Amino acid sequence: MIAELGLAALWLAAALAALQLVAGAFSLTKRGEGLSGVVRPVAVVQGALCAVAFVALILLFIQTDLSVKLVAMNSHSAKPFVYKLAGTWGNHEGSMLLWVTVMSLAGGFVALVERRLPEPTMLATLAGQAFVSLGFYAFLLMSSNPFERLPNPPAEGQGLNPLLQDLGLAFHPPTLYLGYVGLSIAFSFAIGALVTRQVGPAFARAMRPWVLGAWIFLTLGIAAGSYWAYYELGWGGWWFWDPVENASLMPWLAATALLHSASVLAARNALRAWTVMLGVVAFSMSMIGTFLVRSGILTSVHAFAVDPERGTFILGLLAINIGGALTLFAIRAATVTEGERFALTSREGALVFNNVMLSAILGIVLFGTLYPLVTEAFGQKVSVGPPYFNPMGALFAVPMMFVMAIGPLLRWRKDRFARIRGSLAIPLLISLAVATGLFAGAAIGALPFIGISLAAGLAVASFLPLKGRNLRRTPLPVWGMVLAHFGIAVALFGMASERAFSTEKLVAARVGQTTAVGPWQVKLSGVRPVAGPNWTALEADMFASYRGGTPVEIRPQARSFWSPPQMTSESALVTRWNGQLYAVLGDETDDGRWQLRLWWKPFVPMIWYGGLLIAFGGLLALIGRVASDVRRIVARDKIAYRRTRQGR
Amino acid sequence: MSESTKSSRWALWLPLAIFAAFVVLAVAGLLWPAQREVASAMIGKPLPEFNLPAAVPDRPSLSKADFADGKPRLLNIFASWCIPCAVESPQLAQLSAAGVEIHGIAIRDRTEDVSSFLARNGNPFSRIGRDDVSQVQLGIGSSGVPETFVIDGKGVIRYQHIGDIRPEQVPMILEKLQEAAQ
Repeated sequence: MIAELGLAALWLAAALAALQLVAGAFSLTKRGEGLSGVVRPVAVVQGALCAVAFVALILLFIQTDLSVKLVAMNSHSAKPFVYKLAGTWGNHEGSMLLWVTVMSLAGGFVALVERRLPEPTMLATLAGQAFVSLGFYAFLLMSSNPFERLPNPPAEGQGLNPLLQDLGLAFHPPTLYLGYVGLSIAFSFAIGALVTRQVGPAFARAMRPWVLGAWIFLTLGIAAGSYWAYYELGWGGWWFWDPVENASLMPWLAATALLHSASVLAARNALRAWTVMLGVVAFSMSMIGTFLVRSGILTSVHAFAVDPERGTFILGLLAINIGGALTLFAIRAATVTEGERFALTSREGALVFNNVMLSAILGIVLFGTLYPLVTEAFGQKVSVGPPYFNPMGALFAVPMMFVMAIGPLLRWRKDRFARIRGSLAIPLLISLAVATGLFAGAAIGALPFIGISLAAGLAVASFLPLKGRNLRRTPLPVWGMVLAHFGIAVALFGMASERAFSTEKLVAARVGQTTAVGPWQVKLSGVRPVAGPNWTALEADMFASYRGGTPVEIRPQARSFWSPPQMTSESALVTRWNGQLYAVLGDETDDGRWQLRLWWKPFVPMIWYGGLLIAFGGLLALIGRVASDVRRIVARDKIAYRRTRQGR
Repeated sequence: MSESTKSSRWALWLPLAIFAAFVVLAVAGLLWPAQREVASAMIGKPLPEFNLPAAVPDRPSLSKADFADGKPRLLNIFASWCIPCAVESPQLAQLSAAGVEIHGIAIRDRTEDVSSFLARNGNPFSRIGRDDVSQVQLGIGSSGVPETFVIDGKGVIRYQHIGDIRPEQVPMILEKLQEAAQ
């Protein structure tokens, strides 16, 4: 019953999306003006119906209704509750349903609250949102129906991938999805603005909170995903330039650029066409990333999950949505009037530089991700990894971070570099001092060397915009910028330090034996079997002591899941303020010793603290922007109210 | 119209051109999926020592010695809970009908489940060992089910096939067996 209800809600929502598209597009014409009142309510109801469908699927997973194919394939009655819940989106169909749900809810919310834009632009925006949604509804209903029943329900489900039985990962995909799909609003705003040729500060202000919100979720999602890969995969690395990771990084890069160019458009009415294009590109990157991951054309180990039919379907959607939007852009952008001009040395100039650098990095990541596909077409298999991405990315990231330190100090429109030279002396000196210290003290690679020196200066420079301000009266978005830029410095320091100072030990240890790694002494005191709800494991009992201090007990595990069978390693971590000890239990050797993998990674947690700071900065900016919007709306309503009273 | 506006109009089509190139690439990738065969590190090496108990009552147990009588064989890693394994069973039956001897290893399975799986999908195996902890599976460099290995008459691994054997791949498997016989 629940499954049928969910399916019915999904069909209805799809029908309403079609209505929203037709009514929205038609209401832009002379004859269809009467329809304009329909569009907003339809968008709201469409969002609500889609949410009903998603809640229905959640209920089916919670009840473990094995007569539903998706539940039987991906769940198991013995699974802990929270993973049954996460099972809803831990598969292709469910995650696609989550995707359209977020998309239609966001569309409904925009329809409900957004009143700043000219109404025709809003109608075109909602029609655009409906157009994109409609494609995904068609995809769900035709080739990925999540509510399909099984004629003969099995007695037990097939479980969820044990690698996904992890709290962090259970909530990682939905976080990323909120980010990906939040960008669809920016995409639709860009379409709406192109259709009506209304690109201006109001457009940027309307779009900005959505981009900020999506960007916060993307930042959190990427940071969480990286930490998950770090402790779950047991390789001690935190970023692998894997297509799946790149798929989340590319929209982030585009959204970061969009955020900055939207600021220029909102404040100075410049960079009009560029901002519109980034609005299209950011969501396009989300869709391309999802396509690359879902279609399986880039993953190559086991081909079981690859479904060329689905890949073709998504590719068709991409071609229509992105191709259509970019064609519209190419035709219309030339008629979008040029915005305000500005000098090279100005806040705008610095932001343009930042945009160009971010776009270059985006291009590098996109090229590197697709390159194996290019060579495969010519019959050669290659894998593109850190040797390409790290130096190429750094080539543009390093100048970008230099300008990031300077840009916020510059005035809008026109400024002189001489004016801010004094303020920049301190961070520059700090950078040079750190560089000298590193040069004398440690033999490290060029990239970590630049990274640490730059991070030190940038950390100080990021606070300079607060200089001379009344801190209480400083607007929240400025605080947000300061914190986010500081977060970049913190994360950069963590990355460079991990690369420069990590030590690794791979030993076959007897029970009772002590191994030294960095400043740590790690003693293996025993290995015993333990059992969990749907796995068994070998667990090592180890005591780690830092510079002879009190030992801390750690218990890395090698887990075997049985449904489906899979081995995972649960690494054990000891976090100190100055770094992390990372321990992995491997196989038993023939003579009864145990393979242990130990790392000491100085300051590695800074990578994720930095990520959190960046997201928190975004949150402050978002709160500041939304609060001032609300104040403006309240003030306007008050004036309107007084007028109507006086009129009487 | 000045030169600069002309050139900037041209630039506006650039994003679309890049995207079009991506679409062409992706279509090519989907139409001609790459060879997903992963070269195993174990190819050319002898099977590891193992001795597995029988998985079902009506087929004998399996050990390394069963591969060393001079005749090339297939070793199929399967499980009753694995859907691609059921999908590939007609291909195994076809190979078996062509005179190929196939040994099986059932991964993390129960006797009654294996029996009913074989009853449903046919039994092409002459011997089936049970590997309850994936010990042999991991030892021969297999990480999933189904996988099929071509083992030559001396017990050396000659070819590893990852994933189910599709109908069009049967001749290729027969060819690999012939190569192993030489």
